[in-house]
Amino acid sequence: MEALGQISTLHYLVLAAALFVLGVIGVLTRRNVVIILMSIELILNAVNLNLLAFSRLYGLHGQVFSIFVITDAAAEAAVGLGIIIAFFRNKETVNVDEVDLMKW
Amino acid sequence: MQPVATTFFFYLLAGLAVLGGVLVITRRNAVHSALALILTLLSLAGLYLMLYAPFVAGVQIILYAGGIMVLFLFVIMLVSIEKSQKEEQFNKLWLVGLLAAIALGGLFIGVYVKGKALFPEAKVVLEEGNNTQGIADYLYGHYLFTFEIASLLLLVAIIGAVVMAKKRI
Repeated sequence: MEALGQISTLHYLVLAAALFVLGVIGVLTRRNVVIILMSIELILNAVNLNLLAFSRLYGLHGQVFSIFVITDAAAEAAVGLGIIIAFFRNKETVNVDEVDLMKW
Repeated sequence: MQPVATTFFFYLLAGLAVLGGVLVITRRNAVHSALALILTLLSLAGLYLMLYAPFVAGVQIILYAGGIMVLFLFVIMLVSIEKSQKEEQFNKLWLVGLLAAIALGGLFIGVYVKGKALFPEAKVVLEEGNNTQGIADYLYGHYLFTFEIASLLLLVAIIGAVVMAKKRI
């Protein structure tokens, strides 16, 4: 299995870290709640890439776990988008700064 | 089958993934963000193929790029995007958030570079021919209980989404 050339696990980990950081930036700085959810999807994908990169070293368990992460992402997207629809119906906006009922 | 030109394809797909990620968090129009996210997801599926995970790559394309992103696009169409496009896109503390996230990234890179000697060099032989079979063996054998929990999670998510999107509960 030396055919993977010069691309080591570290390459994949750095790429996953870059995607994770992009997702965190999106969550922390954007105001549009739909784009915040998309950034969360970016974070989940970075985690999946990590799992698969280590699965190449340790066997199939990482791939099975990444299937579970994808399941989680589907459930999270369904519930999150339901919340967005309810939020939009009440507030007529998708701006998260407008949700300050519990803030004091 | 051995992957061909791994270096070229890794950097191509990684570049596309990062480009898509940057576009996701910078676009004003949420539809453009969703399309950029699809670009990222597809290039990640290519990377999964290079990591000897063809089943996960297929699931990524079918379920993520096909299913979840359609859900996203539906919701973007349901909420009005004209109004949010005219508003300020980043919140007031965006600089703090950016710096914190970059510090987090620096932490990641530092840990990886310092700890990369701990990674085993010998790679497990992952066969592509029976990849799906191997995953199924684990899924319905070793991880059967986890699998059932996941099905319960999906049931809760279905009920939750219906309840959340209903006009009157």
